[in-house]
Amino acid sequence: MINSGIKKHSFLKWEWMLILMLILINIMNASLSPYYLNYFNISSAVMAFLDKAFMVFPMAFIMMMGDIDISVASTVALSSVIMGIAVQAGLPMPLAIVLCLGTATLCGWINGMIITRFKELSAAIVTISTMILYRGIAYIILEDQAASGFPEWFSFLGWESIGPIPFIVIVFTVFAVLFWLILHKTIWGRRILAIGQNNTASIYSGINVDKIRLMAFTSAGFMAGISSLFLTSKMASTRPNIAVGYELEVIAIVVLGGVSTSGGRGKIHNVIMAVFVIGLLKYGLGLINIHSQLLSIIIGILLILSTLLPNLGEDYLKKKKLRSNT
Amino acid sequence: MENKLKNSFADYFDQFRELGLLVFIVTLSIIVQIRNPSFLTGENINDLLKNTAILSILAVGMMLVLVTRGIDLSIASNMAFSGMLASLLVRDFPQIPTILILLIGLGTGTFFGFINGLLISKGRLLPIIATLGMMYVLRGSTFLISKGKWVSAYQFTDSFKAMATGSVFGINNLILIAAAVYLIAYYFINHTGTGRRIYATGSNPESAKISGINTDRMIILSYSIMGLLSGLTGVLWMARFASAQSDSAMGYEMNVIAACVLGGVSMGGGSGKVGGIFLGALLFGILNNTLPLINISPFWQNALQGAVILLAVIANVLAKRQVTKKNLNRRIK
Repeated sequence: MINSGIKKHSFLKWEWMLILMLILINIMNASLSPYYLNYFNISSAVMAFLDKAFMVFPMAFIMMMGDIDISVASTVALSSVIMGIAVQAGLPMPLAIVLCLGTATLCGWINGMIITRFKELSAAIVTISTMILYRGIAYIILEDQAASGFPEWFSFLGWESIGPIPFIVIVFTVFAVLFWLILHKTIWGRRILAIGQNNTASIYSGINVDKIRLMAFTSAGFMAGISSLFLTSKMASTRPNIAVGYELEVIAIVVLGGVSTSGGRGKIHNVIMAVFVIGLLKYGLGLINIHSQLLSIIIGILLILSTLLPNLGEDYLKKKKLRSNT
Repeated sequence: MENKLKNSFADYFDQFRELGLLVFIVTLSIIVQIRNPSFLTGENINDLLKNTAILSILAVGMMLVLVTRGIDLSIASNMAFSGMLASLLVRDFPQIPTILILLIGLGTGTFFGFINGLLISKGRLLPIIATLGMMYVLRGSTFLISKGKWVSAYQFTDSFKAMATGSVFGINNLILIAAAVYLIAYYFINHTGTGRRIYATGSNPESAKISGINTDRMIILSYSIMGLLSGLTGVLWMARFASAQSDSAMGYEMNVIAACVLGGVSMGGGSGKVGGIFLGALLFGILNNTLPLINISPFWQNALQGAVILLAVIANVLAKRQVTKKNLNRRIK
């Protein structure tokens, strides 16, 4: 009784906190730069940070189950490099795109297979090893070279708009709706949360935990492939060292989005808001020429505070309840 | 009787793990030696150990953190920050004695390790989140205090550089420091009450608490030690490469975690041996050192490292399963 009251309270608070942060950031940006509230600028800002945002959804699922996937950025690099050499070898672009998505999905599937077959290993260890391995394979393939020569229309993905809306925003919206529906409206979503709440109980109540974990990790691979397409399209060339450190940024966004990393709690719309909080903050500070390193301090502090404050608040409420009970 | 049997099996398995690693290292060395006779020469071994020293020192701290069921992603940024602070002091105030600079580096590292421990124990933050946040803060601060500029070789004093390049009786200082750290760690972990309490905290936090161990204090202590060692290696890193940059040691935390895992430290907490992580770090160093010697392109290095770690942890699981199976079979009979 006490517990549920506290949970509901802090949940509500978190959604409002994110909305408040978004409003504050927009006010700050608009007051910092007269060029901010301009459709062209905002849409270019959105284009700039959405490419890594695709990985946020499967990462949210994985973290809701109490796992983590550190290899996603290396998957981006490997699939992008494979696409690059496929094009250089003279393969048609559509086939190269299929190869890119296929490689990425395979990477995720391998992670999932190892994690579900060897349950003694934590997902962190498996994906740290595959993180080193996948990027290593990308280095074996391309060494220190870059691959380019993508056809002109491929840059459409990253740069063009359909009508007034950037193409990347449309794709992002489609995936956002899809993942929102899966988590909040299907039995799969309930099962993911159940696994995060109590793995053993989920197994005994007949949930095929292995299958769901395997699917989550495979989808993380696939979405890394989508990110890889957009990123490569924007840069028009690829190297083995692209997307270094993206995995931590993706994890930071998911945590800021209120997904409990010990599993069992989280909402997709909060995660989407967190994508925009970080993205717009980055863009606004970029407008006034603040170096991205200063931004990393702000992200770090946000990350710590966003989990510390609810914990402290919970402690405070618990104490208050106890006091009023006695 | 049955208990004794079970114990001997557990012992057997523990030894098997380190023995397996040792056999692997020896086999690898023999293969490399056959292909390039200059591998097992005094000079190359000295080089190899020198290159592994920093990694192996950090592995000690990481092992303690992993033992308490934690993880520390902020160590590389902590190294960069402490090292950069020390380097800036050397550049701007060359008259400060080197030992004081080293102490300042150690203090800075320890302070941030302490904050990590505080956030994780008192603030109930998950270790991966707290240290990830700290990683961002420290990496950004490193840039801030250095204003994006490098400290280059000519700006360091000779005595500062000598910390990492000097030698005593022909053995490089880094190797001696690493050896000292390992000796102290061995004594601390196996022969002091505090060391054992850290292990108790990791293997079962609830019962540790009930039996009167201040688990929060143990967690703070292990992160502070990790911070201390990060500060130490941060200063040594700058002295060794005679250059301090805001992106120094970027991504090094993953190497350290990988070396610990190779050395048989469990991510689930409560287990890990000093001998094991030494062998893990050594194997990591050999993989880095020998590829050029046997004409394998350095671009293979990452993939080989990843593959070796993955195979090692999987082999470990398979061996463990085999042992449990045998154990169970014996009990039935």
